[in-house]
Amino acid sequence: MDRAEVEAKMTDLLVDELGLDRDKITMAATFEEDLEVDSLGVVELLMALEDNFGVAIPDEEAEAIGTVGQAVDVVMGKLGG
Amino acid sequence: MTDRVALVTGASRGIGRAIAINLAASGHAVAVNYRSRSDAADEVVGTIEGAGGQAMAVAADAGRADAVTAMTTEIADKLGPITVLVNNAGVTDDDLLMRMKPEAWDRVIQTNLSSAYLCTRAVLRGMLKAKWGRIINVTSVSGLSGNPGQANYAAAKAGLVGLTKSVAKEVGSRGITANAVAPGFIETDMTEALGEDVRAAVLPAITLGRFGSPDDVAAAVGYLASEEAGYVTGQVLVVDGGLAF
Repeated sequence: MDRAEVEAKMTDLLVDELGLDRDKITMAATFEEDLEVDSLGVVELLMALEDNFGVAIPDEEAEAIGTVGQAVDVVMGKLGG
Repeated sequence: MTDRVALVTGASRGIGRAIAINLAASGHAVAVNYRSRSDAADEVVGTIEGAGGQAMAVAADAGRADAVTAMTTEIADKLGPITVLVNNAGVTDDDLLMRMKPEAWDRVIQTNLSSAYLCTRAVLRGMLKAKWGRIINVTSVSGLSGNPGQANYAAAKAGLVGLTKSVAKEVGSRGITANAVAPGFIETDMTEALGEDVRAAVLPAITLGRFGSPDDVAAAVGYLASEEAGYVTGQVLVVDGGLAF
């Protein structure tokens, strides 16, 4: 899966699983401030990433995810190996 | 009637057994957790199946993280995701605090309180996905009022109340409720072991003039596990015949 596909799938997940507004989702958008995702929402997102991309994201890496782009980075890292 | 999956820890006898049977009667597929009493757990499963319900017995020390993970995985595979969790597993190891050995303290805290943390953590993922869940922690009037000789038990049971309320606040926005039930003096093996003197001393203090039955507690749990109880969270429902108020 290339980056564009991961970005597109990530956006879909954020809309479908977290009910976010598609227009607000950019790679630079922060989960906490721009997208107003609460701490539980971040946990849910990580679960959705694990289920949909088939990757396991350890807590230490998850903590570093602040923006949508960073989430894509982590997933790309897990997929690409 | 429902087709949800419930896990009841410590369900081979006493209050846990009554809770398992009650939930099965309202249509839940019930995982009957036990630590060592496999015959008793099989009897509970048999009773449930004999009444037309669905159940499985699953062995695990609910106070151990690896056992809890294995248990919840097995239940999810065989019955489906757990959306009703009853943290009922509990033991006593009574002594005056001054004489209480660290092992007695640790064991009771681990089995009664830490188990609730471990099991809740293991099932929350499934509840979050379903955006529905019921967590019911069996505390005790001992935890609310204290009891000489039971500092470890009372501490663990009181701890369950703090845990219940914190979890309730953390996950309430996802349709998951967390409540506690506080039984008073219930006729089970645990209170049988207290002896006639203690029983005779307690009875006059009970407003309704009798000890409780496990079914009295199970009924309260059954309500809190239901769809109808969806606007009740963070509460402690005391079922003690009017002992502690």
